[in-house]
Amino acid sequence: MNEFIFFFNNVLISGVVLGSIYAVGAIGVTLIFGILRFAHFAHGDMMTMGGFIAFLLAAACAALGIVAPVPTGFLVLPIAMVIAAIIALGIDKGFYAPLRKRGAKPVTLLIASIGVTLIIQGLIRLFFGSGSYSFFATEIKQLIRIPVPLPDVTRTINFTQPQLLMVVCTVIVVLALHFFLTRTRLGKAMRAMADNADLAQVSGINTKLVVRVTWIIAGALACMAGTMLALDVSLKPDLAFNIVLPIFAAAIVGGLGQAYGAIAGGFLIGFAETLAIFNWAILLRPFKDFVPFALPTDLAVVPTEYKLTVAFVILVIVLLWRPTGIFKGAST
Amino acid sequence: MSLIEIEDVVGGYGGAPILNGVNIAIEQSDIGVIVGPNGAGKSTTLKAIFGLIKVSSGSIRFAGEEITNSLPDKLVPKGLSFVPQEKNVFTSMSVEENLEMGAFTRKDDFSTTLDWVYDMFPPLLEKRHQKAGELSGGQRQMVAMGRALMSQPRLLMLDEPSAGLSPRYVLEIFEQIVKVNKAGVGILMVEQNARQALALASKGFVLANGQNRFTGTGAELIADPDVARSFLGGEAKR
Repeated sequence: MNEFIFFFNNVLISGVVLGSIYAVGAIGVTLIFGILRFAHFAHGDMMTMGGFIAFLLAAACAALGIVAPVPTGFLVLPIAMVIAAIIALGIDKGFYAPLRKRGAKPVTLLIASIGVTLIIQGLIRLFFGSGSYSFFATEIKQLIRIPVPLPDVTRTINFTQPQLLMVVCTVIVVLALHFFLTRTRLGKAMRAMADNADLAQVSGINTKLVVRVTWIIAGALACMAGTMLALDVSLKPDLAFNIVLPIFAAAIVGGLGQAYGAIAGGFLIGFAETLAIFNWAILLRPFKDFVPFALPTDLAVVPTEYKLTVAFVILVIVLLWRPTGIFKGAST
Repeated sequence: MSLIEIEDVVGGYGGAPILNGVNIAIEQSDIGVIVGPNGAGKSTTLKAIFGLIKVSSGSIRFAGEEITNSLPDKLVPKGLSFVPQEKNVFTSMSVEENLEMGAFTRKDDFSTTLDWVYDMFPPLLEKRHQKAGELSGGQRQMVAMGRALMSQPRLLMLDEPSAGLSPRYVLEIFEQIVKVNKAGVGILMVEQNARQALALASKGFVLANGQNRFTGTGAELIADPDVARSFLGGEAKR
């Protein structure tokens, strides 16, 4: 039983946490693709930037002596999201909108977004150097242990307070997004534009407004995902560089342009990664007397350093089975 | 003053102009039909009115107001609506959501218009929660027209509403267009089924090479031997 709880902690809890981060990040990628038809590669760095905005605000709170029952990172998150949304609007206005106005092809926008990536990374390094920061330098990361009321069980179900809050935040965001996309005029207009941009224009939908709302949502969610990632591990200038690939994989697996697909894809890839790096030998240990050979000490599918590959294996498998993703997204 | 007046419009996609001086005038009580050979500029005329292509000279007035090169989000609230020929429904959205998108520019309560559209196209009421992409061609055309009517237009422009439909549906769609017109909406449509469409038309326009060749009532054009020979595939009464 102890081994199973170890599995629960390392695979299910970690998977939910990682899946939440991927899902929140991938929603932004998929919405931008749905509305503007280009792969926004700077999304990972918008996440890092969001994490740093939240970090600065948290530091300001600490300096002002504001204390809250939740980690300061969560307390300042709404403000950080607003700031990140405004910056996202500014990035669109400064870089992508002029290109769209000239009728640039999606590839041009994609290359421009790589430029934006470099700009954001450069700016972050300029101000913060290349070291890593923690939200919990002055605060304590509360560990929650839940004992399992079963005989012979000594292990507890463990997770941190930030992890719990992260999952709660993700659920809130997903529900809010669902409500927005299915119940509000603007949310429906957003789906309409992702479905058929020409017809949306012909219907009199204010497409510029829809584009603005898309950047607001994508920017705010990128900030949230980046802050969550920083709260779970640590904050580094290249934080999101390593996560942008699984996030794109999640968006593509779910079906580009499909918000629900991005959520499903995020959790699929999150779980796949934690399952792949889990040491399955531990689960087999109770049966070691029944197998005629010695159990290897490490039975993970891939070593931790290679967990990035898992996202791509999943991507390839899913696309072979469903070429436009689980939720039948756009193919162009 | 007509509801819409198009005067000597020249325009195209940026290269050589496709329209070389088109003149059209329609009242709100009219069904106007534009016919002509392929490449005559029929669909382009509708797109020029709706601001989807650039008009380089000439003028377009709607209810006396200059609307040349205005964009759709400005035209829809003024009372113009357009049903494109292809991809004219939001396939991933329900029928009702499609109709709601037609009312996007309206800030008032549009539930009576919704009822009116369901009244006009009864099959849509029972399928209102189905995705538009799952409907048959004829029903999709109803969704597309319904969507365009949700903004309560004074002029409804249709680009080949019968294209790709089986003969039975063609007749049904034409009947519905007449019904919409009787409800007080001006119609301006482009049609390949020229003879059938001109039979409904109170005003007909034959375009060729981006210019008016013949203008008259539908019946006059059908009866005109020149029109019949050159554009309707032979004289009346085969």
